[in-house]
Amino acid sequence: MTELGCTPSQTVGPFLAIALPWADGPDVVPEGTPGAMTIVGRLVDGAGDPIPDGLVETWQADPQGRFAHPDDPRGPVAPGFRGFGRCPTDEDGRFWFRTLKPGPLPAEDGACEAPHIDVSVFARGLLNRLVTRMYFPDEQAANEADPVLRTLEPDQRDLLVLRSEPGGELRFDIRLQGEPETPFFRL
Amino acid sequence: MTFVLPHGYRTDPDGTHPAYDFAGYRSTALRHPQRPLHLLPQRLTEVTGPLFGEDRLRAGDNDLTRYDGGEAVGQRIVVHGRVLDGDGRPVPNALVEVWQANAGGRYRHVVDQWPSPLDPHFAGCGRMITDGDGHYSFTTIKPGAYPWKNHLNAWRPAHIHFSLFGQAFTQRLVTQMYFPDDPLFFQDPIFNSVPDEKARARMISSYDHDVTSDHWALGFKFDVVLRGREQTPFESEPDDD
Repeated sequence: MTELGCTPSQTVGPFLAIALPWADGPDVVPEGTPGAMTIVGRLVDGAGDPIPDGLVETWQADPQGRFAHPDDPRGPVAPGFRGFGRCPTDEDGRFWFRTLKPGPLPAEDGACEAPHIDVSVFARGLLNRLVTRMYFPDEQAANEADPVLRTLEPDQRDLLVLRSEPGGELRFDIRLQGEPETPFFRL
Repeated sequence: MTFVLPHGYRTDPDGTHPAYDFAGYRSTALRHPQRPLHLLPQRLTEVTGPLFGEDRLRAGDNDLTRYDGGEAVGQRIVVHGRVLDGDGRPVPNALVEVWQANAGGRYRHVVDQWPSPLDPHFAGCGRMITDGDGHYSFTTIKPGAYPWKNHLNAWRPAHIHFSLFGQAFTQRLVTQMYFPDDPLFFQDPIFNSVPDEKARARMISSYDHDVTSDHWALGFKFDVVLRGREQTPFESEPDDD
């Protein structure tokens, strides 16, 4: 079979709001879903200024750790569970999602991946998306054993763990550059 | 039962995608990470991804020329092509979202202050799902070039923004489609941020007379290639490398 070269990435530019926001974008699960949690965050640049023309997307397993996808043959996901979220940033760089906490995922050799959410960040000035992961603060033991998180220095790991807010939300701020810069991944 | 991870997707050769820090494009200055990226092994979350259906589409999403009950101004074109993976296999049921400036190079967005008029009948966004053969098609207006403030006398070549979901988180791609023989390529840092010349050429559509329709619209073809899947050694052909 002939291998084809991939189409290169380009920036979303400043006008993604024309096409990419969806009315139900932040609803990984519908409003009123029992056990749903709200994740909030803020996207900032190297000067600490908000990025008002960005887009954050998420992808995650359901509470049983399953994906609605042919590469996951373990069974159907929870009804109404989309697994995907998309939220444009507002003028203050803020974004949010309504979701359920994902379950742990099986890994090789009987190991386990801690519950996590994959994140893509798009913005003017980003020629390619940036990828990161959110982990959960109430999963300390699982986080310590997580095969991805373990490859990071301890101070870097902490930056990928959601923070509990007084109002019950979980917070994940994303800083593209400067201290504390969010750890990003290449795929 | 032993758990075996599904195969991942091949990484792209160096030079396929732009670096995050590209001095020619000023907006990258405060928006690129300065720490090295960590390798994310492709596990279940990365080899799966959202799959969308026709319920994401509304009637008319594949025709950008008829917004608000009238005809958009400009050169009517049909853009079509296939979404393929790196092995040339069609990617069916892929969500393709597009957005663009109007014939005068103006976006319908509050931030766009370029003094070229908005067109009341052109909103500038569309949405398609690829068919079983990976094919998509939409009707639009050829976008105009427009100035921006990146450098003195800077003009963006005419382009259409594309956002694509394949079958996996790993295959997610946002790119721009350009038009053949654009004289503005030489001074555009976004186009030229792609290091490899052959890769850059893959962002340029080709004129397609077979799709051009008499007294109606010009045709352009644009295939998009997403990552191909890793193979086990005995699955690949001996001369593959």
